[in-house]
Amino acid sequence: MAERKINVIDEIKKASRSVTTGIEEKDIEHWVEIYIMGKAYKVPAALTIMQAMEYAGYRFVRGCGCRAGFCGACSTVYRKKGEYRLQTAMACQTRVEDGMFLVQIPFSPAEKPSYDLGREKPEPSVFLKYFPEIARCVSCNTCTKACPQDLEVMDYIQAALRGDFRAVADGSFDCIQCGLCAIRCPAEIVHYHVAQLGRRMYGKYLNPLEKNAEQRVKEIEEGRFKEEMDRLLKATDEELERIYAEREREPD
Amino acid sequence: MPELRFIGGYPEYMRESIEVVNRTRPKRMEQPRAMTKEEREEVLKLHPDYAPGGKRKIRIGQNKGDIAPNEVVDLLEAYPLIQPGEIDLGKVDYETDILIIGGGLAGTTAALWANDSGIPKGKILLTNKLRHGDSNSMMAEGGTQAADRPNDSPAIHFIDAYGGGHFTNKRDVLRALVEDAPFIIKWLEGLGAMFDKNEDGYFEEKWGGGTCRKRMHACRDYTGLEELRVIRDEFRSREIPVLEFYPAIELLTDEGGKVVGAILWNMETEEYKVVKAKATILATGGFGRLHIRGFATTNHYGATCDGVVMAYRAGAKLRDTDTVQYHPTGAAFPQQIVGLLLTEKLRSSGAQPVNKRGEAFVFPLEPRDVEASALIRECYVRNNGITTPTGMKGVWLDTPRIDLINGEGYLERSFPGMVRMFKRFGIDMIKDPVLVFPTLHYQNGGVEIDPQARTNVEGLFVAGEVSGGVHGKNRLMGNSTLDCMVFGRRAGIFAAQYVKKGVRVGKLGLNHVERYVKELKEAGIRTDRRSPMLLPDYRGKAVLARMIDIF
Ligand SMILES: Cc1cc2nc3c(=O)[nH]c(=O)nc-3n(C[C@H](O)[C@H](O)[C@H](O)COP(=O)(O)OP(=O)(O)OC[C@H]3O[C@@H](n4cnc5c(N)ncnc54)[C@H](O)[C@@H]3O)c2cc1C
Ligand code: SF4
Ligand code: SF4
Ligand code: FES
Repeated sequence: MAERKINVIDEIKKASRSVTTGIEEKDIEHWVEIYIMGKAYKVPAALTIMQAMEYAGYRFVRGCGCRAGFCGACSTVYRKKGEYRLQTAMACQTRVEDGMFLVQIPFSPAEKPSYDLGREKPEPSVFLKYFPEIARCVSCNTCTKACPQDLEVMDYIQAALRGDFRAVADGSFDCIQCGLCAIRCPAEIVHYHVAQLGRRMYGKYLNPLEKNAEQRVKEIEEGRFKEEMDRLLKATDEELERIYAEREREPD
Repeated sequence: MPELRFIGGYPEYMRESIEVVNRTRPKRMEQPRAMTKEEREEVLKLHPDYAPGGKRKIRIGQNKGDIAPNEVVDLLEAYPLIQPGEIDLGKVDYETDILIIGGGLAGTTAALWANDSGIPKGKILLTNKLRHGDSNSMMAEGGTQAADRPNDSPAIHFIDAYGGGHFTNKRDVLRALVEDAPFIIKWLEGLGAMFDKNEDGYFEEKWGGGTCRKRMHACRDYTGLEELRVIRDEFRSREIPVLEFYPAIELLTDEGGKVVGAILWNMETEEYKVVKAKATILATGGFGRLHIRGFATTNHYGATCDGVVMAYRAGAKLRDTDTVQYHPTGAAFPQQIVGLLLTEKLRSSGAQPVNKRGEAFVFPLEPRDVEASALIRECYVRNNGITTPTGMKGVWLDTPRIDLINGEGYLERSFPGMVRMFKRFGIDMIKDPVLVFPTLHYQNGGVEIDPQARTNVEGLFVAGEVSGGVHGKNRLMGNSTLDCMVFGRRAGIFAAQYVKKGVRVGKLGLNHVERYVKELKEAGIRTDRRSPMLLPDYRGKAVLARMIDIF
């Protein structure tokens, strides 16, 4: 029995090899050719752009963070052979395709204005106060086309111009601050900073503060739970095990 | 080999089983019952953390004799990246009150509270290995626990976490966690974080595995992203100094053994910098990229255990190093996202693990280790898994069941990130199930702290995943983002207090490293391993074989 268990772990280890220790040529059936900054490399067809660059010999310092589509570190632009369109993607979330010419944009220069949320009022003018350049939007929709999260970026910039906090907050909620919109915008707007201000204003001022948490904080400050907690801290493990076993699960 | 034909993102051969899952869905309305204690014990023998092998004793340092995963011991029993003699400590590049190493939720929160506790912004320095925010924190999907509903209490939260931690949590530290939790949620709300709320303005709180109350606060399935980008925006608004691509590679100590700063390393120019600090807060996160036992991981690129290694050399005590958390549901298909997390919240919202024959074989909200073991058993012992084209095995997570229970549109609304991730690879998780297998997720133990986030080494504070004690040997979902903010805040406050009382920083030194090297040699540990690891290496084998170092 014990032997069998060791085998299970070994089998799992073997099955996961391609994502834990790097890929070996002999395991690959399908290949494509990509061009990393113009140089051709033959890479396994099943990989993301990020994995393919590693396969080709790159070891990332920049341009790689979460490896899961959350952090916005791996912005990439590419053109495919024979196509005029310049496309954008997150390297960790996009499969390589034959004939991709690609380069990463690991940094997008953009200053973020400082503000003290406590001193701002949720008035429509707050957007223009910190981001006057949004008035220069020419509605070309380039930002929307560039967004790897498929957000309606232009719409939320237009909403900011109108001072519609809810629309900015909702429309930009999935933004991973990758910077691709800002790099492409002819009006030099830094969309994701505008969105961040909008969401925080909305979260703080336009979404009523929750009452349960407020009440509970007060109760804790007043020492409502102190005695009970003191008891738990002193209880024997057997007592705590019993309490744990007897917990009642609230209904679904 | 002929090209595989894909339909709806899946190879044709997998579709057959998917059809069975889709067909049996209405018959699976009732959940399988939870396992008995005996059943749990039996299945747990298959868990990568309990199955024999994979761990050994640490031979040197404070925790000599303790057990840890081989991959961790390899880093502890390794030589430093630098030779103490080659570093000029005479020239100090940055002098500061508080140095914070690591900019996830823990480190960034610490900076704000140090500032709130009277340390001027110019006397705080945060340094990060990657960009500020590229971290495990960014990826938390499920939520953050806080006992704030009327039928809940800090005591119930405590019991859930203590039982979940197999009764090994450090109790006073756990107490701080549960008592600060509602405050942390309120604090975030005040900074403008957008938690999910219902029409009446109350938090929409969800189940988490192992809890007996619904207390998971979520921001759709981007909880960590929302929490961290709000906190980081506040950090940036306050203009607190920050360095990026500047990992710490060793702590500094003075004659008295206090931690008094660190050596940083510019990853691009390869130059080192010396930071002198009155207090140092370590917040470097976890170790998923060590791929313990060969498992794929949910963790970010920089999760390489650096903090534990550096602190250990400086004499800090570790605890609960013997356990590792695997998440039951990592993606097993497609290849591009293997290992990435499918949040537990999917299961608490109705998604069910189902085998290739369309049978629900496990209660979906068992504790993580039990749930993970049940999936492994289904795949590798009972052979009821589905094999992917690259040889991975997995079982289905029946996601369409979520809409069946909560109404159409719910899945898309509540899990936009998940839905998007699969859509990118042609899979519609609203209509079809997705393939899952356990994945390496969380570092349960770490550097031992007390309720003030202090360690046994003066001047060294620790917060977040790198710390040990609060979760004991097993963490519950939603307690670690909370841990980061509770102890990040406490580290900030108590480090500020420590600094304000007056700290005499002696001569900067690396005596602790020299001592450690001596101990390594005396223990007969001869190896060319070096640590901290900083980043993993995924370069192709063929390239590495022909690489020459001449430039
Ligand atoms: C995919 C995923 C989902 C999760 N979901 C949840 C959830 O729903 N709820 C929950 O409560 N928890 C969840 N967790 C766990 C939780 O997110 C993490 O445990 C927590 O955020 C860790 O925060 P941290 O600040 O300690 O570390 P991190 O957020 O990882 O930050 C550490 C930072 O330090 C940097 N660093 C590392 N080494 C060095 C060095 N040598 N020098 C300088 N900087 C360094 C790293 O690059 C990183 O930026 C999840 C984790 C993952 C990976
Ligand atoms: S790219 Fe710039 S100018 Fe064009 S629509 Fe977007 S914000 Fe407006
Ligand atoms: S809105 Fe801009 S910064 Fe945000 S995800 Fe889309 S392209 Fe990236
Ligand atoms: S590495 Fe984080 S989004 Fe790609």
